[in-house]
Amino acid sequence: MADVSVRLVVNGEEKQANVEPRRTLADFLREDCRLTGTHLGCEHGVCGACTVLVDGAAVRSCLMFAVQANGAEVTTVEGISRPDGELNRVQEAFREAHGLQCGFCTPGFVVSVTAFLRDHPSPSDQEIKEALSGNLCRCTGYQGIINAVRLAAGANS
Amino acid sequence: MTVTAGARFVGQRVARREDIRFLTGRGRYVDDIELPRILHVAFARSHVARGRIVTVDTSEAQALPGVKAIYVAGDLASLVHNHTVDDEPHGRDRPFRLFADGDVRYVGEPIAMVVAENRYQAEDAVDAIAIDIASDEPVLDPESALNADAPLVHPGTSSNVYIDIPSVDNPALDEVLASAPVVLTETFRQHRHATVPMETRGILASWDPLRDELTVWISTQGPHGVRAQMARVLGIDDSQVHVIMPDVGGAFGLKMHPRPEELATVVVTKLLGQPVKWIQDRRENLMADEQARHDQATVTMAADEAGTLLGAKVDFLEVGGAFPSPGGSAAVFTTLLFPGPYRLPAFGTSARTVHTNTPGRGAYRGPWMIETVVREQMIDCLAARLGVDPLELRRRNAIREEDLPYTMATGLAYDQMTGYATLEQAAEKIGYEALREQQRAWRADGRLVGIGICLLAEPTAMSFGWMTSDAATVRIAQNGQVTVAHSGASHGQSLETTIAQVVADELGVELDQVRVVQGDTDATPLGAGTGGSRSAVILGGAARGASREVRDRMVAIVAHQLEASPDDLVVGGGRVHVAGTPTRGMTIGEIATQAYTMPAMLPPGAPLGLEAQSRYAPESFCTWSNACHICVCEIDPATGAVEILRYVVSEDCGVMVNPNVVEGQIAGGVVQGIGGVLYEHMPYDDVGNPLATTFVDYLLPTATEVPEIEYGHIETPAPTNPGGHKGLGEGGAIAAPPAIVNAIADALLPLGVKVRSQPLGPADIVALIEAASP
Repeated sequence: MADVSVRLVVNGEEKQANVEPRRTLADFLREDCRLTGTHLGCEHGVCGACTVLVDGAAVRSCLMFAVQANGAEVTTVEGISRPDGELNRVQEAFREAHGLQCGFCTPGFVVSVTAFLRDHPSPSDQEIKEALSGNLCRCTGYQGIINAVRLAAGANS
Repeated sequence: MTVTAGARFVGQRVARREDIRFLTGRGRYVDDIELPRILHVAFARSHVARGRIVTVDTSEAQALPGVKAIYVAGDLASLVHNHTVDDEPHGRDRPFRLFADGDVRYVGEPIAMVVAENRYQAEDAVDAIAIDIASDEPVLDPESALNADAPLVHPGTSSNVYIDIPSVDNPALDEVLASAPVVLTETFRQHRHATVPMETRGILASWDPLRDELTVWISTQGPHGVRAQMARVLGIDDSQVHVIMPDVGGAFGLKMHPRPEELATVVVTKLLGQPVKWIQDRRENLMADEQARHDQATVTMAADEAGTLLGAKVDFLEVGGAFPSPGGSAAVFTTLLFPGPYRLPAFGTSARTVHTNTPGRGAYRGPWMIETVVREQMIDCLAARLGVDPLELRRRNAIREEDLPYTMATGLAYDQMTGYATLEQAAEKIGYEALREQQRAWRADGRLVGIGICLLAEPTAMSFGWMTSDAATVRIAQNGQVTVAHSGASHGQSLETTIAQVVADELGVELDQVRVVQGDTDATPLGAGTGGSRSAVILGGAARGASREVRDRMVAIVAHQLEASPDDLVVGGGRVHVAGTPTRGMTIGEIATQAYTMPAMLPPGAPLGLEAQSRYAPESFCTWSNACHICVCEIDPATGAVEILRYVVSEDCGVMVNPNVVEGQIAGGVVQGIGGVLYEHMPYDDVGNPLATTFVDYLLPTATEVPEIEYGHIETPAPTNPGGHKGLGEGGAIAAPPAIVNAIADALLPLGVKVRSQPLGPADIVALIEAASP
């Protein structure tokens, strides 16, 4: 099938490319945009490591084709830090609460939690756990991650 | 000489320095690395567990766009000069082959390797390869694999037994088992797990024909071992191989050694003269990579009426799969470790590892842990038989301070063992007596709440063969900056932070002054990498040794300059100065400048520069840590769902370098154990097809399934290493399964249910309840 032209805004910068229709958004971000912070942990939509924001909504970029994001604004983990490069409060909270070990799942958690706290600034513990349940971590046992979200939410109030 | 660092970092909850790049998406894992002209690999794999390959037709696939080459066994196998790893326990006796050749021995075994310009094209070509296999009856069940008429997993061998450790005559034990007032025999089974780090395996290999050199970027736990192995594979010198371990997204034992796919990638980059990358996908990881657990054991245990253990006999059977990893069989360790933290005067054991037509067994976090699982289940069975509380039975038999040093019936010795102390700490933390009281009330109300205990002795930092030692080089540059290059291979263990904590304390400098380098065979000393809960103990010892040597040199230089006695000098705050007179001294930068550039200023005979390397091996075969886990769970009898209400861990890993890291290791291990008992299961159908090849089927725990883990720490410094550290990386994953199984068994006790096998998912529990119902 012929390549298709796509134009999207990635982390505030316009990006135009010709891609195969079957090219996933994740591969487009990693290979065409060289934004390798978006990780692939399963490529079937369960682990959440590839989570990015598409027009503000947290989505799994392994389950979406680049052509489906045509015209959208995409934010990856690289675009989530503060403009000066300092950690934002979610990232800071993950660091403070030891919410990461090997770091491979971390970008997906950071993106998911950023979207979650934007929509739920004062979540209950149950809401936090449910919000995190779409992302898999194999190192931390989630203890530090849950604490990080509590910490980041506390900074909201 | 005194060291008074401005801040003492060891023991503090220091935030990790590696976090910043991971949190911002700037980590660099193997798949993130690009080179010009990279080719991508995908494998065509067997869809049959056991059978004869009739045809492999690659003609259509060869013609597809972007396909550079397709290889089958006959093309590559003879190019592998030697596949073995360093100090391999079973060497060339370990069954190995690069790809299936003539027959297939498990579903997922590689048959053909496609090399193409991108991964999409490589996978298209895999789909276009036509493979015809005449299937035979596979060997799946470990017990029937032992039958004399069982089909052979490896044709031409005499049986399916891979490792056989027979029992030895032990008349004293026989006498105990024949005469003891209470003798119980039970068989326990544990199911097959996958090993699933969030980052799968991956390798980028690049042969440079002009330099005659191979460069490998690989997701590994030990780059130096990879270097030596890949040199043997190609039949070249180690000096022609450069291995770089980038950031690695977890391993849990899976990445101790490369597998055939990685060996083939190295062979092919040399054939083609282009960089070649293989990134395993999750389906390959679940279907075809090393798997774990899948053991059983028959335990006979004897006690007197008071519950004092008199002796035990255990026969282990572990499933090795078709091609076990180099360290995949844990049979030796299971037989050595069963007595655990208890006084057990008489013991006899035997073990076998058996081949089946399934993926090979690997060394997953605590590979020998079946010994703890069955011992702790058996203690609870014994408690039930005697009518003694399980905590009380453990109290009566746990090794106490006054028993030390204690030599197990298997010959291993404890210089230290605070198992009893952790038992009491965990019991107090969870409020054991009150909890039992509460449980009686719950039971009266019909609620199925259970309490399970595991008492663990964890052999860490096992020091043997290639795993014997680690090394570190400490260098202070002219500006006073410290660089530590070490042989470890942190892939989540936080060594970039914890080794800096250790070195900063030894040198009396700030943490920010210490840079930690690992994972590059051209830049770091030789060593086994990270695995087997070794780094704090062995690498920590090396880092301390190198730091102390550099420190002694600094002190000698300053003493010479100031005409002071070294004993009157203080190291700290980034300076070496006279005690009580901080102005009389030199900064580390000043000392370093002299050491590198002013030979005449140095003490006579002093070496130039400020750099030292130290290699360290522990004084004993292993460094024991210990822990007690107590789990409280509730079971919904209608659905079989298990909810963990409380989970307490009391552990003693000696001096903690960083309590955050210690608790992180415990939590990660415990949750892997929760997953293992309740959710994770790699089942096969009756022709050997794996039935859990996605994360939709192979269920990992998520944040909603985990309890808040409560920690208690006891810090008894290890006498056998300079920092007083003991490892603990595997204990969580070893002790959690028996604690959870025992809690479930305790919850189901009023229903007359006996729990002797795992997994314990909802359907399993409902089936147990129904089977026990009158």
